[in-house]
Amino acid sequence: MHKPNNSTRRRFLGLAGSAAVIGAVPIVTLRPSEATPAMLASAIRNVVGEAEVRTGKVKLDVPPLVENGNTVPMTVSVSNPMTSDDYVRSIHVFNEKNPQPNIGNFYLGPRAGRAQVSTRIRLADSQKIVAIARLSDGSFWSASVDVVVTLAACTEEVI
Amino acid sequence: MASALINVPAHAKRGDIIEIKTLMSHIMETGYRHTAAGEVVPRNIITSLTCRYNGAEIFRADLFPAIAANPFITFFTVATESGKFDFEWIGDRGFTETASASITVE
Repeated sequence: MHKPNNSTRRRFLGLAGSAAVIGAVPIVTLRPSEATPAMLASAIRNVVGEAEVRTGKVKLDVPPLVENGNTVPMTVSVSNPMTSDDYVRSIHVFNEKNPQPNIGNFYLGPRAGRAQVSTRIRLADSQKIVAIARLSDGSFWSASVDVVVTLAACTEEVI
Repeated sequence: MASALINVPAHAKRGDIIEIKTLMSHIMETGYRHTAAGEVVPRNIITSLTCRYNGAEIFRADLFPAIAANPFITFFTVATESGKFDFEWIGDRGFTETASASITVE
């Protein structure tokens, strides 16, 4: 009497297990494709070209621990005077693991007075964020920050 | 309906560095989300913001899906003369929105 019961239970567990595996596959394929560190590097190359990017001058303010990746405050500032012959031309912000490596490009000029930009960004995963500033003399300066994200953006379903 | 909020000081001394804050209500749909049925929700974002000070461009931003909904962007400029700031947002699906603010410089 025990045997048939046992086998149906076993079969049920087997079916449930395979159903879980089948169910898991579409979830994996539904996940947005991640930008890879290689995509990050090529996005930076698109802006920088062959120029050397030095570390420094740029300050990237992002909270190191983010609860909600849907809206993360970010401030980029560059410690450089803003005079007519020495100024920050643009600021470019990149990420490592969102579906796209770009976050934003900000074009300033000598009239900005202070090279500082703030906005709110989305982060799909715990990752590295890179900010690069282009100065009027053609040099590039960068800063990067590692951020831990608890609730990721972009992955939720729309009802 | 789209609407903009702008914060520019009404008065400033000549040569002061002033902060400009802009907020535009917009969904900023990334184009990477899916409905429960598995269909991709098409991208609908603001792609650029331009600010002109008495006609001269002082700030421009290219935005990507990684900018949060209701883009809030702040930047600085030097108050050089009394006049007007004109803001223009451009986005997908023919989205354009403009706003302006005036400043008195002494």
